[in-house]
Amino acid sequence: MIEVDRVGRSFTVGRGRARRTVHAVRELSFTVGAGEFVGYLGPNGAGKSTTIKMLTGILAPTSGRLEVAGLDPTHRRTALARRIGVVFGQRTTLWWDLPLRDSFELVRHLYKVDRDDFRSRLAELAELLDLGGFLHTPVRQLSLGQRMRGDITAALLHDPSVLILDEPTIGLDVVSKAAMREFLRRLNAERGTTVLLTTHDLGDIEKLCRRIMLIDRGRLGFDGTLDDLRATAPGGDSLEDVVARLYTGEREPAPGG
Amino acid sequence: MRIAWYGFRRHSAYRAAALAGAFTNTVFGILRAYVLIALWEARPGLAGYDVADAVTFCFLSQAFIGPMQLFGGGVQLAERVRTGDVAVDLLRPASLQTWNLADDLGRAGYLFLLRSVPPTLVGAALFGIVTPAEPATWAFFAASFVLGVVVSFGWRYLVALSSFWIVDDRGTQSLSMVMSMFFSGMVLPLNLFPGWLGTAAQSLPWAAMVQVPADVYLGKKDVLEALGFQALWAAALLALGALATRAARRKVVVQGG
Repeated sequence: MIEVDRVGRSFTVGRGRARRTVHAVRELSFTVGAGEFVGYLGPNGAGKSTTIKMLTGILAPTSGRLEVAGLDPTHRRTALARRIGVVFGQRTTLWWDLPLRDSFELVRHLYKVDRDDFRSRLAELAELLDLGGFLHTPVRQLSLGQRMRGDITAALLHDPSVLILDEPTIGLDVVSKAAMREFLRRLNAERGTTVLLTTHDLGDIEKLCRRIMLIDRGRLGFDGTLDDLRATAPGGDSLEDVVARLYTGEREPAPGG
Repeated sequence: MRIAWYGFRRHSAYRAAALAGAFTNTVFGILRAYVLIALWEARPGLAGYDVADAVTFCFLSQAFIGPMQLFGGGVQLAERVRTGDVAVDLLRPASLQTWNLADDLGRAGYLFLLRSVPPTLVGAALFGIVTPAEPATWAFFAASFVLGVVVSFGWRYLVALSSFWIVDDRGTQSLSMVMSMFFSGMVLPLNLFPGWLGTAAQSLPWAAMVQVPADVYLGKKDVLEALGFQALWAAALLALGALATRAARRKVVVQGG
């Protein structure tokens, strides 16, 4: 579903003498198969968001090759948009001044979703995510939890085969978080939607992700299952400690070394 | 298109602002009318206008302020680039420019009703303005008005896109405002400008926003030439905008994590 082959992205920052090149992502390679649920971790500034922007076609890579849902994101951005769903936890795709329901209607037109499909899918999502109480409320009056559920719905109305989530549980209370996780788990298990998730919430990772990729300073530092991840540290450490150690680049010395 | 209608509705959320704008446009229209009446009574027939033409020009130009957004802005894009929200716009299966154009046409339509019609009616009641006798002139004027909005959008979109490169767009915005005010004919009709300055001003894109549609209304210009001039600038600015959008995705940082 997602193929990343030796992808790099650099930015030139500063002016004049202070001008320098920053490599946000370098020589990054990985593949994600259909139906996988992958957690994409990394410290702030490691290149997670840059990767997501390249996967969705917002940014063009400076080197390497990408393919998502069978398309090259850089050259087929709008075609790709119809095949993937994206949620940025910190931003909204909804229309601030319009009732939630109208935003969905607009999404339907933009993504050219068939009217009957739209109706049944919206009914299903509204049920699962409990949107009934605020479908007709202007988005600017929604609470964060409600808005996030609205955003997830908007990202799924066109039935994408890949869902890319950038910190979807950020700022949510425990109950909303649990509901969101349960929803994502079912989406992946029952519909087979491929999910790539970035988060700083290790609870999301423990509950949802069968596979974890960790990016550090623009390179893939770890790729494996949750158990593999735990195994990188001696017994007893919490998942937090394990991840913190990987983030700071501290590794256990090789046995016998 | 559907997005234009939503642009219309989005802006109708700000009725108070539009009404305040209409009031200001009317008051300034009356002030400017007195100045122009004094000028044309001192120099009758100046620039091929009589007093009634000059007063009409004055109220038409006041009516254009809202829809053509002569004081700059109107495109939310600059703000969205600065905050990084443009990432969300780029996730849509639509061209960024077409999308913004549709939204802007909706905005212009709404502001036409609230900010163009009332000042013109007040001007007509207080001073009497010229009204075209031929239905064809009204039709040409309508076409010229819409083309004027498109040229204005093409220009403002480029100004807004500049914030991809220069982070803070206040400088370009205020430069754009001065150019729009002066070279559109908003401050003084362009046919008052002498010699090469007049020729230059009449051939720049800003002329398409006020001078040309006003002259089409007054029947002072060859209609086909006038509409052709506007269409040419509309096409040129939109083409430049499309190129700049492409470049933005390759060259620059999309801000925010």
